[in-house]
Amino acid sequence: MSATLDRVDAQALFRYALRLGDLSLVLGQRLGEWVGHAPALEEDLGLANIALDLIGQARLLLTYAGEVEGRGRGEDEIAFLREHGEYLNAILVEQPNGDFGQTIVRQVLIDAFQLELYERMATSTDERLAAIAAKSVKEIRYHLRYSSGWLVRLGDGTEDSHARVQSALETLWPYTVELFAEDELDRTMADHGVAPRLSDVQVAWVRRIDEILAEATLKRPRDRPHSWHGKRGQHSEHLGYILAEMQHLQRTYPGARW
Amino acid sequence: MNSDRRLSLAWSALESVEDPEIPTLSIVDLGLIRSVKPQSDGVLEVGLSPTYIGCPATEVIRRSVEGALRNAGVGAFVVTSVLSPAWSSDWITAEGRRKLEIYGIVPPQQSASSMRDILRQDRPVACPRCQSTDTECISEFGSTPCKALHRCRGCLEPFEYFKCI
Repeated sequence: MSATLDRVDAQALFRYALRLGDLSLVLGQRLGEWVGHAPALEEDLGLANIALDLIGQARLLLTYAGEVEGRGRGEDEIAFLREHGEYLNAILVEQPNGDFGQTIVRQVLIDAFQLELYERMATSTDERLAAIAAKSVKEIRYHLRYSSGWLVRLGDGTEDSHARVQSALETLWPYTVELFAEDELDRTMADHGVAPRLSDVQVAWVRRIDEILAEATLKRPRDRPHSWHGKRGQHSEHLGYILAEMQHLQRTYPGARW
Repeated sequence: MNSDRRLSLAWSALESVEDPEIPTLSIVDLGLIRSVKPQSDGVLEVGLSPTYIGCPATEVIRRSVEGALRNAGVGAFVVTSVLSPAWSSDWITAEGRRKLEIYGIVPPQQSASSMRDILRQDRPVACPRCQSTDTECISEFGSTPCKALHRCRGCLEPFEYFKCI
């Protein structure tokens, strides 16, 4: 097991790995809802492939969380048998898909966040997280290429498409506060070089988002205070519905395997 | 069995394992085998890199590798997943690129290190059928995560492009 454990409390690292893994897991599950329903076959393929990459990230991160925790829980047990309050994802990723434009806005916000976070985490003092980050970031670049490409087309498109994505941006923007709200756990990880400072990630994220919004002729909404709870395990009601669908099989047929 | 003989048996077994999505292309051509070496206890360790993080073919490939090694009779072995350094399309061999072309898939056109900022970067990809460079990308993701879907404006045929990663 990685040498970081000598320095970072295992329980803290466990919770941090859950934050990262749950973000990928819940967003992957959300995107999966589009399969068979996207506006065109190409978008079906695009969203499904991004979902697949996200589930892949979640598998590695939750497996690692289980090892760090040291209670013998594997990826499936962690993904499918926890309760609502044990998920530590930011609540932006559990927001409903809405129309295609809203899904794209959410995706751009998260893709850019993951890109800036994982580019920096590729040099983490935690070897395992560094490896997962370096692997993930290559794929995340393609996710952002896809999502930002669509945001530009929709924002700089028709009057209707522009109005829809601008409105989705207003709706989702307040939830981005949580991505960068630093708490004790984030500070501990940054102090030990396990994760980058969220303030550094935020500066880079805002710069990237501003470039994309400018190209898309969209206006960045004003920041305003927003209470956040997902990273502490308090969620919107949406997560309950996601879990009901996601966990149904494992809870009905415990231990079911492919 | 001497160790050279064992290694060459193992490598030829691995060369016989085809990619489930692109038959004719072996996993050695794809650069997925990172190492084949006996450990101190005599167990042969085979390091296997996943291509894409969530690629469903990864599990299939792993099982095929285990089956091929068993059939080749290389003795005790273990297949380990090598995450770092992350697999790159730069590792596809010259033979692998040739086979991709024969299969009608355009191999990666750039080195992966040049793809750090791919947000709006686009390079014409020549059509594998008529060689025209008047082509367009119609989908960033194709039938598998590793490929994008393109279309040739010259001969009007669609084709797949293996992305740089």
